[in-house]
Formats: sequence, C-alpha cells, structure tokens
Amino acid sequence: MQLKPYVRSLTIALALAFVAGCSSTGGTQDGSAAGAGAGGTGTSGYGSGQVSGSGLGSGAGQMVGSRIPDERTIYFAFDSDTIRPEFEPVLESHVRFLSANPGTSVVLQGHTDERGTREYNLALGERRANAVKRYLNVQGVSPSQLEVVSYGEERLAARGHTEEAHARNRRVIFAY
Amino acid sequence: MRALITPWLMAALLMCSALAQADLTIDITRGNEQATPVAVVPFAGGESLPEDLAQIVADDLERSGYFAPLERRAMFARPSSSDEVTYGDWKALDARYLVVGRVSRDGGGVSVRYELLNVGGESRMLGEVISASSDQLRAAAHRISDKVFEEITGIRGAFSTRIAYVTSSGVGDSTRYGLYVADADGRNSREILTSNEPVMSPAWSPDGKKLAYVSFETQRPSIYVQELASGRRARLTSFEGLNSAPAWSPDGRKLAMALSKDGQPDIYVMDIATQRLERITSSSSIETEPAWTPDGRSLIYTSDRSGGPQIYRQDLGGGESRRLTFTGGYNARGRFSPDGERLFLIHRGSRGYQVARQDLDSGRLVELGDSQFAESPSVAPNGTMVIFATQRGGNGVLGAVSADGRASFVLPAAQGDVRDPAWSPFLN
Repeated sequence: MQLKPYVRSLTIALALAFVAGCSSTGGTQDGSAAGAGAGGTGTSGYGSGQVSGSGLGSGAGQMVGSRIPDERTIYFAFDSDTIRPEFEPVLESHVRFLSANPGTSVVLQGHTDERGTREYNLALGERRANAVKRYLNVQGVSPSQLEVVSYGEERLAARGHTEEAHARNRRVIFAY
Repeated sequence: MRALITPWLMAALLMCSALAQADLTIDITRGNEQATPVAVVPFAGGESLPEDLAQIVADDLERSGYFAPLERRAMFARPSSSDEVTYGDWKALDARYLVVGRVSRDGGGVSVRYELLNVGGESRMLGEVISASSDQLRAAAHRISDKVFEEITGIRGAFSTRIAYVTSSGVGDSTRYGLYVADADGRNSREILTSNEPVMSPAWSPDGKKLAYVSFETQRPSIYVQELASGRRARLTSFEGLNSAPAWSPDGRKLAMALSKDGQPDIYVMDIATQRLERITSSSSIETEPAWTPDGRSLIYTSDRSGGPQIYRQDLGGGESRRLTFTGGYNARGRFSPDGERLFLIHRGSRGYQVARQDLDSGRLVELGDSQFAESPSVAPNGTMVIFATQRGGNGVLGAVSADGRASFVLPAAQGDVRDPAWSPFLN
C-alpha cells in the first residue's frame, strides 16, 4: 500500500466511524475485534473507540485503514458454508479495511477439501465464498469491491486424508 | 544395417523421453477370476523391434478383464502361424484361444501377419496382415487387440482409444498443472496445456478431435475448446462466477455446462456455432456435472436440491425434472453407458467415495471396486470399463474398473498427481 495523503486519512477515519456505527449489531463487536489478533496494531485504534472522536486520530485511522489485515483465511465445517463465530472478527477487520479503502477490491477464493467430485466441490467452494461476500455486503462493503472465485478442491492447502488436512482445506481466502 | 538401426534407435530414444514426461504405467489390482484363458505367442521376427507387439496385445486383453493371458514361460511351443500349431499343446494349457503372428520389415515400417485360433474347435477365427510405420508399432498392436477382442466377445474393442487427464505437482500456490492426452494404456502421452493455475474437467468432442476443458489461467475459471491436431483453441465462456463442467452433445454442436452468472450454479446449453445460451435449470440449489443421454434428448446433472447431491434427469423438450438416485446421501457426476441403460456415478458408501453402477430400469445401485476417494468417472466408448481418479499411497492415480466390477487396475504417474480422466470416443 502506498502512503495516503492527510486528507485521505481523515476520510478513512470518518468512514471507520460510520462502519463502527453500522456494525454495532453484535454486542461483542469491540471485544472480539480486539481479541481477534486480526490486524495486530491495526485493531487497536478501532477497539479503543477513539477514532471518530478525535480529529487527530488520523494516525490510528491510517494504521487501521491502510493495512491489509494479516488474517486472510477463514475456515469452515464439513459440508457447511456457515460463518463460524470465531472468524467474525477476521471478517470485521476486512470490513473495516475495505470500507476505508473503497477503491480496493478483493477476490474471495472459495476452497473445499478433497472429498467428493471435483465439479460439485467447485460449486461448494463458490457457496462458501458467497457466504463471506454476503456477510461483507451486510456490513456495508460495496459489492463492486468483492469478487468470488471458487477453486473447489483444485488448490489444496494441505495434503493427506486426515481430518486436520481436510479442515485446513475448507477455507475462504481474501486475495487482495 | 547401420542405416536401418538408426531410425529404430531414434524411435526408442524418443519414446524414452516421452516416458519421462507424463506417461502412466499399469498395475493390475484385481484380475477377473472368470476371465477366459488366452495365449498370445510372441510374434516371430519381432525380437529386434523396440516394442513387443504380442506383449502389448496380451496386456490389452488382460486389462479388459475379459481375458487371462497365459504366461510366456508356460508356452513350450512358439508357433507363428496356424499351420505350425499343435492344438493339443494349447488344450493341455487350458488356453481357449490362441493368437500367433509374424513380423516382417516393410520399407520403413513393419507388416504383421497374425491369426486368432479357437483351440477347442481347432479352427481359425481371424487372419489378417496389417502394416505400420515404425512410430506406429503400439497403435498396430492395439488394432490387433481390438480385432481379437471383438471377434471373441462380439463387443467392439476400445484399445485404440485415448484418455485425457490432468496432472499436478507441488502444493499451494506453487502447484503446476498439466493437461495431457495419452493412449488408453497410459503410453505415448502428449502435453496439451501446462499452467500455474488449475485445469480441470477435460471433455472429448464426439469426433475425438477436440477437447473442452476448464482453465483458471486468467485467475478465473473459463471454458476453452482446443483442437488437438493444431493446438488451436478458443475461450468459449468467461461469465462471472463458475464456468464449469463442459459436456458435448452427441452431435458435437452443443456444450452443456454449469454457470453461476445468474446466482447459484445452474445447467445451460450453449450452441457452439452461435454461442447462444439456453438455460436448462433455475433453482436456488447447486446444479452441475451435466451429461447427455446417448440420444441427445435429455441431460442428467447433479443437484443438491434435496439436501445432499443426487442425480436428476431433465428432458430438453421440457417437463419436470426427475430424480434418478435414491441409494445413500451422495450420488454425483453420473455418466451413461453407451446404450443408455446404465449410469456410472460417484457414490458415498460405507467405505468412502466409490464408483457405482445403477441400472436405470431397476434403479438398483451396485458399488464397483473398493476405492475410498473415487472421482470423475468416465466410461469407455464400448461400455466395458470405467476410468476414474483415485488415490494410492498419498498420490492421485487413475483407476479403472470393469463395468461388472470384476477386474480393476490403476495407472499411476511416475511423479505427482494424476486425475480428471476422460475416455475418448472411438477414433477409427
């Protein structure tokens, strides 16, 4: 990412304030975001709730909004496209980043484990990536920033037939 | 003499280099106990050839599951024509049929005179001379296998056909993918496409001249059609979302496919000449893996509208779709037998994902083989075998099982994974 001019930072801070307001549906938002390890230093400004209140919050805002979150993979249960609660903080960190950077787009790569037929798995991977896309849309990310590409079982992250390997393969990756 | 040897040596070297690429070898994993004993005697005059024609014929016949070739060391006579045969010798060895032959040099190639003999009836069933250039020796042997197989079983042989398949090596982002075409016995492989992005779902055109496949080379899945002889290709679809599972209509004019441009994956049929699309299904569930009935009037496809994946049939004239599979919670990627009376599919049973056969009349489903990780079944054009992808020793290999489940073999690659096989139509 390139450095943003000062004015841009302010816009980001305002956007963050907006997002923070919008995404307050869950009561655990702040705590989970801070505890997610999702963005390292990036989450601190948000968790403190100081961004919107301070005109000088641009430093924190810049850190939150200008860095792609470190956690870019979330995992799924067998035969499921349900977002697991423990990954909501990861999604929230991407919501913040994408909302702060409306010119940035991301490809949501859907993956499955090796079991079952390849073409059907391609469809299942798309279903998972679409579940993430819907989540981000609901949180205010513009659909124009999101593209879904399913890889099914064509690009496994882990080999082997263990449940552990399967679990590592059932994933959606944020590819910026 | 020197001038004669050099081309053979060249041919042998070329073959070795091809072998190093992506040829597949064959391991018979289960022989058919009811297979018919047959003896294929080494062809006289073939000793100096780079290929052992009689061995290729014996291997072909064994792989079919219909025949059990006699081991060479059990042969105490080596006749090369019917007038040299003492039938009593072969009756003593329980051989029901006997193949004998003689090879002679013919310009730059060879000519093979072979005969098929009925041992019990002490009669000649077939006698023929075929010529082949020096780089077509294996093809000549497969042609003999085709003739012998058809003469005895009444079923057209499919040994001269080919298979397309996908290879991959590496894991994660550094994976390399390859699309290959090889002879049905895994030899003479030829590279069609290599890519850093996934390649999948190869499908033969009914004339055997083109492959449709899905490639992610633009970071998104698109359906391509490639002419094998020229390598020329065209991108047929690149809609938003899935562009997958191409399947040629029997007349070669249309491709059925799964697209998700309108939401969830649905089945569409594209007229290749006009590129016009017709939507066949529209539902909020997954519909994919289309295949045509042999008469071209209906499609089958996998849908999870009932919860798990099951196979449905839709007449193209309209009307309601009809569910075909009811045994178990996972039945997917159906493919028809050439006569349209049976379905081969992937079924999740107690031991995992297996190739299964369902008779359409009775609805009865039978598991074939004992693979845990079977995928991508593809039926030989004569309906006798099904090739599929499976795993062995942590690697992806191709497996094949006879339509009755009695015989099976695997075709592992020298290195990396092999998968996504597609059996060609008859090519001659």
